[in-house]
Amino acid sequence: MPSLKLSFPVRARDFLAGGNGAAHIRQVLQQVGFPPEIIRRAAIAAYEAEMNIIIHSYGGELKAHITPGAITITAVDDGPGIPDIELAMQEGYSTAPREIQEMGFGAGMGLPNIRRCADELEIKSGAGQGTTVNIIIYNR
Amino acid sequence: MGYFHSVRLEEDKCKGCTNCIKHCPTEAIRVREGKARIIQERCIDCGECIRICPNHAKIAVGDDLTALAAYRYRIALPAPAVVSQFAGQAKLEHILGALKALGFDAIYEVALAAEMVARATRRYLDNYGGKRPLISPACPAVVGLIQVRFPSLVEQILPLVTPVDLAARLARLEGMKATGLPLEAVGTFFISPCPAKITAARQPQGKRVGPDGVIPLATVYGDILKGLSSALPYPSRAGATGYGWGHSGGENASIGGRRLLEVDGIHHVIEVLTRIEAGDFQDIEYIEAQACPGGCVGGALMVQNPYLAKLELRQLVRDLPSRSMDLPVTEKDLRAEPVYPRPALQLDDDLATAIEKMRRLEATQAMLPGLDCGSCGSPSCRALAEDIVQGEAQDTDCVFVLRERVRVLAEEVVELARKLPPSMARPERGDEDAPSGNR
Ligand code: SF4
Ligand code: SF4
Repeated sequence: MPSLKLSFPVRARDFLAGGNGAAHIRQVLQQVGFPPEIIRRAAIAAYEAEMNIIIHSYGGELKAHITPGAITITAVDDGPGIPDIELAMQEGYSTAPREIQEMGFGAGMGLPNIRRCADELEIKSGAGQGTTVNIIIYNR
Repeated sequence: MGYFHSVRLEEDKCKGCTNCIKHCPTEAIRVREGKARIIQERCIDCGECIRICPNHAKIAVGDDLTALAAYRYRIALPAPAVVSQFAGQAKLEHILGALKALGFDAIYEVALAAEMVARATRRYLDNYGGKRPLISPACPAVVGLIQVRFPSLVEQILPLVTPVDLAARLARLEGMKATGLPLEAVGTFFISPCPAKITAARQPQGKRVGPDGVIPLATVYGDILKGLSSALPYPSRAGATGYGWGHSGGENASIGGRRLLEVDGIHHVIEVLTRIEAGDFQDIEYIEAQACPGGCVGGALMVQNPYLAKLELRQLVRDLPSRSMDLPVTEKDLRAEPVYPRPALQLDDDLATAIEKMRRLEATQAMLPGLDCGSCGSPSCRALAEDIVQGEAQDTDCVFVLRERVRVLAEEVVELARKLPPSMARPERGDEDAPSGNR
């Protein structure tokens, strides 16, 4: 089965380049010809995951694995980790520093948004261990 | 089915300089064998290549005045921006008079139809509860851009008729009523600022919706100019808000409302559409997007400097009533033809094949130098990678890949040259034990 892997380094606090990886993923999905609704969900999930790395971590990587049946987006970072994942999943809960919230980011909608777009979502994290977010969107 | 395009190449003028390929917003141009080629499915007739070509090898094909001969009653439909080209030199009535003198029986100002469309748009926005923002259908180059590059936004194009098409419909009805002639005998001719509007009027849609002919402003510019002082004045019926559509911001001003955004210049339009596609701008009600700098006053078939034209247009309409009287239009008149996506950038119809091609595309791109120099005839290294994957180019079309290949080959040749045939080879050193010929 054909499959395609993409990966983009993401730097901490790089708001200017923020979203470039997600934008590339969106473009690839469009050129490949996925249905618009699938593309929309994948693009939003990828964007939120990328922004999470920029806001909360010391840097990391955004990856995509694309097959005809599913799009898997993985965000891996090196960072303080999420001490309480359940709490982080609540809308409006945010650990982003105040100066970032004042820029209009880190409003605590990232993970809830991702959950809305994902068919499957898995988060591996712990205090001081970095975070891996794995998102699967099925094409059906 | 063939898709008519007004933008063409005059091959003998093209030097293959590659200036145009980099400016095309849909990457529709390649230079092959020293000549520019337009990929028809991707072209949106925006006129960017006409504007940029230093050799004037790109042209727009429209109608000329000989087309009038096919009709017994001929009506000119001047775009609002058209009058801006003469505005420093004459009053509106004289400009319209000089246009009529070219062989027309009447004039129907597109500005008049624009006002009716503006009113209908306001009503539509008031009752609209769907996905935001809605996008103006008035600039056909922007509509084409959405069809080709942003197919998911097609549903956000306002489903109302454009001023040009409405003007053509209403002018035809007025002409038939005034003369008693049948439909076929009445011809409507749009005087166009741009190639995109020529193309839009020519698409095979079955019915006669738009104008019967489209004449580029540049084609009649000199004739109108000549007639300005002598022609009889022709009364204008449109108001200032309608003529405002000729420059960017004018459409929004005529609609009025809370959050209306305007953007002009095709590359700026792309930025905004990219954001909309990513889900941004949802608090915006309506977007007036125009491909040309400054709006239609900056159309690729216009003659004057766009910024001066904008100033002149504003001054010209200062004496007009702000808007015209209400003319009767029906819901049916206002209904638009549906717009469908033209996803010409898709790598393959089959998803699995497309993924495989994309995998090769990414790998190929990684091997190219990333200079986007255009020497290969494709607009960027990524576009060349795409052309290679689609079997339309080879990696050695890249001058840097080619040079590297030649270098490696040259080294191999040198290496080979050192190797003499065994019959002649003489060991270079420590040859005591080596067999040799007669001693
Ligand atoms: S700009 Fe394009 S069309 Fe004009 S001469 Fe150069 S390659 Fe040919
Ligand atoms: S802005 Fe006006 S002149 Fe330019 S492409 Fe659009 S409709 Fe044509």
